Amino acid sequence: MSKLVEGLYYSKSHEWVKPLEDDVVLIGITDFAQSELGDVVFVDLPEVGNTISQEDEFGAVESVKAASDLIAPVTGEILEVNEELVGEPELLNKDPYENWLLKVKLENPDELGNLLNSEEYAEFIK
Amino acid sequence: MINYNKMIFELSNEGRVGYSLPRSSFNNYNIDDLNDNLKRKSELLLPEVSELDVLRHFTNISNKNFGVENGFYPLGSCTMKYNPKINEEMASNKAFRNLHPLQPISTVQGALEVYYNLQKYLSEISGLYEFSLNPFAGAHGELVGLMVIKAYHQDRGDFKRNKIIIPDSAHGTNPASTVVCGMEVIEIKSNDKGRVDLESLKAVLSDDIAGMMLTNPNTLGIFENDICEITKLVHDAGGLMYYDGANLNALLGKVRPGDMGFDVMHINLHKTFSTPHGGGGPGSGPVGVTEILSKYLPNPRVKKLDDYFYVENSGEALGQISAYFGNYLVALRAYTYIRTLGKENLKMVGRYATLNANYISKALKTAYDLPIPGYCMHEVVFNGLNNKDTDVKTLDIAKRLLDYGMHAPTIYFPLLFPQAIMIEPTETETKETIDEFINVMHKIAIEAKEHPEILKQAPTKTPIRRTDEVFAAKMMIFSYKDYLEYINNRG
Repeated sequence: MSKLVEGLYYSKSHEWVKPLEDDVVLIGITDFAQSELGDVVFVDLPEVGNTISQEDEFGAVESVKAASDLIAPVTGEILEVNEELVGEPELLNKDPYENWLLKVKLENPDELGNLLNSEEYAEFIK
Repeated sequence: MINYNKMIFELSNEGRVGYSLPRSSFNNYNIDDLNDNLKRKSELLLPEVSELDVLRHFTNISNKNFGVENGFYPLGSCTMKYNPKINEEMASNKAFRNLHPLQPISTVQGALEVYYNLQKYLSEISGLYEFSLNPFAGAHGELVGLMVIKAYHQDRGDFKRNKIIIPDSAHGTNPASTVVCGMEVIEIKSNDKGRVDLESLKAVLSDDIAGMMLTNPNTLGIFENDICEITKLVHDAGGLMYYDGANLNALLGKVRPGDMGFDVMHINLHKTFSTPHGGGGPGSGPVGVTEILSKYLPNPRVKKLDDYFYVENSGEALGQISAYFGNYLVALRAYTYIRTLGKENLKMVGRYATLNANYISKALKTAYDLPIPGYCMHEVVFNGLNNKDTDVKTLDIAKRLLDYGMHAPTIYFPLLFPQAIMIEPTETETKETIDEFINVMHKIAIEAKEHPEILKQAPTKTPIRRTDEVFAAKMMIFSYKDYLEYINNRG
């Protein structure tokens, strides 16, 4: 059974969004995503200052099974990238909710409305 | 000697020599005259070993290997059929083996005849006008085929067409070749039957589409029933159709890509036409095209005038894409295979390959999750066990098969199903072997329920147990030099 965290927003492409303050959010991949991927060996992330846009690819996660695109759940400017993942991509397997990928300043906070809540996401991955 | 675990470099003993060279015929050559920037600066680090050292080393490591000649090898999408020994007999014949590609044409008429005839056979089998046997492998063939498509559009002054449509079930080489060729990939989703979704296809058609790459049957082993409509839609939009010949075995002698409306294709001789496979082959990926596109095929080309075979460099667009004629001896093996079977028997290949896959599909679907019901073609894809209550994953099932003396199927491909197991038995296996495989797969399904720990630990009977794939993926050590560096850095 995949772990879920309440209060996060979820995308159908298995990313989560955690609102912080002032329209700033953290973005990561869900527990379901990491368990489907298997052991993650490489994470390819964009650079700080770039923008991502909702439903467009922004990077990739590679596991022993396959390489998967990361799809942006929201639109905004990248404030921070979790550099720890470059050296230790396995952190995504250990705790996918603690080990975020990007910190992003939202361009349009209303976009969060397009995402699923934890109950809807639980139903979606059933 | 099951524990033999050495690299040949570790056998090296300075000054030991295992060869003798003929006397140099360059009497006036002085190595000191060599330009300084051509001289090697670092040590060569080649192993210094005796002939017997070499022989024992490779015999011992070959005992750890598993090939078609050891047992059942149902690696999906790879067509691991048995390669009849007569192919090797022909390829080791001195009359072929000792030829040089720059010999006068009049002295190699027989070799060119084989080459020319194989081009013609492949044309007849595939329904395409002309073939080049030059590409060295399937992915190389894809690249050359895409270069032909690009050349065709640019020759007409159409520089806008730069996108290739590829279904999400495609072999990974398709998007890779497209990018290498400098074009853009448009991925379209499959429908719930595992086939190309016509509406998704229509939605991406425009005047910047160069073409579409398609495998038929696709990687799920499913025939694209709408193929004639697909090729028509793409043609009407001005694009060309590329046939990825990786799965041609299913259709051999039954259906021809040319008749389905494809304009360009490659054939993996090392799959469908029983030539060496795996471990680098060498493979061969001939490219076939329609008459309109034939002028774009690469050089050199082998042609025939009356009874005389000759070589011409008349290709207008690509120039040469290989050293000389590609892997000639591989082409010779494929030619031998075709001539050995003959037209009548060649027609049976696809039928038996398909029958075997469906036999397995039907026998295993009580224990394994068959996501696309109904008939398959030459291969069948399961999505893990039916019993989803165990922690046993596809990887564990694959590893356990090794303990039973069978090679694992392809796993985790295609990506459409998270626990994909892709089984391709080929036509060369007996019913007894296939029955044994089915029994083993059922045994494993029972083990998964009753003793899952056995599967989690598997394999336990192979020379090398379960490998650390994460470490292997993160620490890429490809040479002894890299290995020494790794050991030194580790301290």
